[in-house]
Amino acid sequence: MKRLSLESKVLNENQRVADSLRQRFRENGVLCLNLISSPGSGKTALLEQTLAHLDPTTRVAVLTGDIQTDNDARRLARFGFPVKQITTGGTCHLDGRMIERHLEDWSLADLDLLFIENVGNLVCPSSYDLGEASKIVLLSVTEGEDKPLKYPSIFFKSDLFILMKVDLLPYVPFSAELVEENARRVHPGMEVVRASAVAPGGLDQWLVWLRSRIAAAKGSQAFAAAGR
Amino acid sequence: MHELSIAESILDAVRKEIALHPGAVPLRVGVRIGSMAAIDEEALTFCFEVVVHGTEWETLKLETKVIPARRICNSCGNTFIIEDYNSVCPACGSEDTRADGGDELDLEYLEVETDEAPVP
Repeated sequence: MKRLSLESKVLNENQRVADSLRQRFRENGVLCLNLISSPGSGKTALLEQTLAHLDPTTRVAVLTGDIQTDNDARRLARFGFPVKQITTGGTCHLDGRMIERHLEDWSLADLDLLFIENVGNLVCPSSYDLGEASKIVLLSVTEGEDKPLKYPSIFFKSDLFILMKVDLLPYVPFSAELVEENARRVHPGMEVVRASAVAPGGLDQWLVWLRSRIAAAKGSQAFAAAGR
Repeated sequence: MHELSIAESILDAVRKEIALHPGAVPLRVGVRIGSMAAIDEEALTFCFEVVVHGTEWETLKLETKVIPARRICNSCGNTFIIEDYNSVCPACGSEDTRADGGDELDLEYLEVETDEAPVP
């Protein structure tokens, strides 16, 4: 018997595709964000309101994943930006190849921001790198404060936690402080913003975070170009 | 439930490796799973059995090992295993620490039976 050392990632094929996507996003100054949450936390609602409130000069596109239907793409297309539905037909997550394939007829040079709305699921999407600059996890106040402890991987891997539906806080037994504390136990120092897709000003903290990240992505593209 | 896709990826990797070693029969494949990798060890083992069942790979066994999440202290350089989400350095008490792995999903080894004569 002989033991062969393998020392590679199980998902090395996905990683190869994700690395190549990440490089293309960087070269084109596109900020790519991968939104992950349970079904019904408010990913599509957040995107609708973000598209409605973003500076009109920001060139944005959305890839939205679901197991079935193109309902989300139809909801998002109303804002006049390019939107494509990725229907996985049963698969519980998006992978790098699906992103690569759906980007084929878009020019990245014409984009500043690409949102990927993952399939509603707090577990499986966390294993698949899509070439994003950041994963963002959403959780709403109608879920439980202990979700970060029950689903630590996605909180561990995300750069930002958006607490959704904060307009409902007066009506539900939910402690925003406790959920934030739990998120930071799993991911010390994690950035958190509170958001509501329906309350006036409910996106303010999120839009501040988003604009600073778009500016940083443009800055690093200019820096990379100058260094060439 | 993405363990089935993961199990298929593991078998793909074994197929590729075995192609490089003609005549070798794979016995065991070893995988390292970080505690923050969002992979259920039991579900993966079950899915792997399903994936190889009734195929030429039926005798191949999956061996898994869970790797605990670790942090490195930015003050004293100590590496420590996180217990109960406590991210404070146990050596110097600093709260300034950073993640060191924990989301691994790595192929570690493949044990094969070969028809090569053992090296004397």
